[in-house]
Amino acid sequence: MSAISRLFRAREAGILVMLVLFVAVVSLIQPRFFSTETLRIVLLAVPLILVAAMGQMMVLVARHVDLSIGSILGFSAIAAGMIFRDHPEWPLYIGFAVGVLSGAALGFVNGLVVTLFKLPSIIVTLGTLSLYRGLLFILSGSKQIDPNDIPEPLIRMAQTSPIDIPWIVIIAFGVAFATWLFLTHSQIGRQIYAIGSNPTAAPLRGIRVMPVTILVFTLSGALAGLAGLIYAARFGYVNPGITGVGFEFTVIAAVVIGGVSINGGVGSVLGTVLGVLLLGSVQVALPILGVSGFWQNAIYGGIILIALVIDRTVRQGGLRGLLARGGA
Amino acid sequence: MNSPDMNTIKSPVSAAPTPRVIVREAAAPRPRWQVWLIRPEVVTLVLLVVASIVATRLSPFFADLGFILESSTYYIEFAIVALVLTIVIISGEIDLSPAAQMALSACLFGTAFKAGAPIPVAMGVSLLSGLVMGAFNGVLVTVLRLPSIIVTIGTLILYRGLAQVLAGDKSISGFPGWFVGIDYRMVGIVPVPVLVFIAASILLGLFLGITIYGRQIYQIGTSEIAAIHAGIRVRRIKMGLFIASGLTSSIAGLMVASRLGSVRYDLATGGELTMVLIVMLGGTYIFGGRGSILGTFLAAWLLVIIATGMTVANIAINAQLTVMGLLLIVSIIATNAIYARSQR
Repeated sequence: MSAISRLFRAREAGILVMLVLFVAVVSLIQPRFFSTETLRIVLLAVPLILVAAMGQMMVLVARHVDLSIGSILGFSAIAAGMIFRDHPEWPLYIGFAVGVLSGAALGFVNGLVVTLFKLPSIIVTLGTLSLYRGLLFILSGSKQIDPNDIPEPLIRMAQTSPIDIPWIVIIAFGVAFATWLFLTHSQIGRQIYAIGSNPTAAPLRGIRVMPVTILVFTLSGALAGLAGLIYAARFGYVNPGITGVGFEFTVIAAVVIGGVSINGGVGSVLGTVLGVLLLGSVQVALPILGVSGFWQNAIYGGIILIALVIDRTVRQGGLRGLLARGGA
Repeated sequence: MNSPDMNTIKSPVSAAPTPRVIVREAAAPRPRWQVWLIRPEVVTLVLLVVASIVATRLSPFFADLGFILESSTYYIEFAIVALVLTIVIISGEIDLSPAAQMALSACLFGTAFKAGAPIPVAMGVSLLSGLVMGAFNGVLVTVLRLPSIIVTIGTLILYRGLAQVLAGDKSISGFPGWFVGIDYRMVGIVPVPVLVFIAASILLGLFLGITIYGRQIYQIGTSEIAAIHAGIRVRRIKMGLFIASGLTSSIAGLMVASRLGSVRYDLATGGELTMVLIVMLGGTYIFGGRGSILGTFLAAWLLVIIATGMTVANIAINAQLTVMGLLLIVSIIATNAIYARSQR
């Protein structure tokens, strides 16, 4: 047990070292990177990714993948935005409820199809990625939610709060804390790890795999829906053809960097938070270093592959184990 | 704990051999026509016929074979890659990166051309990049033994990102006239890309159906461990498949470049969905070991008819995404159900 926890600690320590090294190197090249202003920009950039990453992490821990979160984010943002636009007199929380609940509903459908028909989640969610995007075009009539339709209080949530840290940052880290409580201190949270570690053994231990898996997908959808509202708050518009497109890849990159294993059963909130911060720092550092923003996706892709190789290496007991077992 | 259970189960069997067991052993094999009917390709064929009839009723355009062939050129590039993807999936792996490979190889072609290279050299660069990208996927999957499903998501982002680095957000054009417009070159009434698709289908169908390698690929997909024990060079074959996928993607990328007369980093965006959809519609089993080129061939035409039908019926491209996503999910569910039945 202690060996396992040490491994976990090592994983997170590794990401922390990477983060510190990255910040140090960028600060050496461009000293103005090391400032509270940069910290503010990074903190403003991460809530969107962080909230969705919590959901994706749980899905990965349960040995599944959710590729549809970008479309869910867009769908929820449009649904909430249409409430704001068409019923400006309704209180803000109704828009929030619509966003989160519509996300949860779409996530529930993912979970249901995956578990009911025992299909690979990656293909199912590739299908729903397209399906939900199409639905959101139909729902919105291909019309954008304009900046003046987004209520003022929502925009202000991305700027300030009573304690001077923007609300969306507080919400994002609150979600991370709640996820940590759920995964480490609740029975269902532990069951998610059990399912991902060994899907065959889990039902034998009396875990009801189907409802737990559906719950995980529903949570992932609900959190993507919440991310949709954060998107509306931060960018001040929602566009059916832009909002959330390719978002799933950013989130998967963050989660995989955070040491969550694609083979299920391994992953922690702390690691994921560090992964998200690292990704956010890369995002903010590129323009400061004078690197074209076009590099961003290539770097994300490269980071995912490196993280996969590291994950493989850790599981096989070092580099030697990785290359030694050739054969076949 | 276990032994008393075992005894209670065993004792009645050993005491009196039940006739039921004998009946099961003598169960008649399924009639041949049934075996044929529950093949997923047959379902695809039936759907194709139904879709054609419905579409012809909807609009007289569909009775015109030339119209179908003309409107197929948008999908045919994906369909060509889907043929190779079928074989990759039969071998138990998956490749989600071909669309990104198409974009990167096409952007490399464009960049080389802009740098002053003659077209044939630029095409060579593009094909070579396809080989390299496929080999890179192959190394990650067969040497580092990472799961292809997630590796190719990583390389999907990487290749598309590199295309973006190379081309920025501008499109590269100005290719000479003889290179542009492959979809307008006809042999009879058949556009050249369709001809390429048909030829590739026949070749790959024969490869998969009658060569030793083809049969070995089915064996690998059915049980990789058994294949290794049978002396099949699993890693070498998989490596070859990934390289073939990269090479085919770069050819398809060049065909898109020729059809559009320009290249951009977002060329063939979302193509991975279309390719997987064609393969799944053709009844290839997502877990490997089953499927056929014939199914993929029929499914490509089914998709062409459905997509063209939606366009003729004035359904916006964006709304068509709904139908595509739904089709993908329904087709995997159906294929899985059919295989579950035929296994019984």
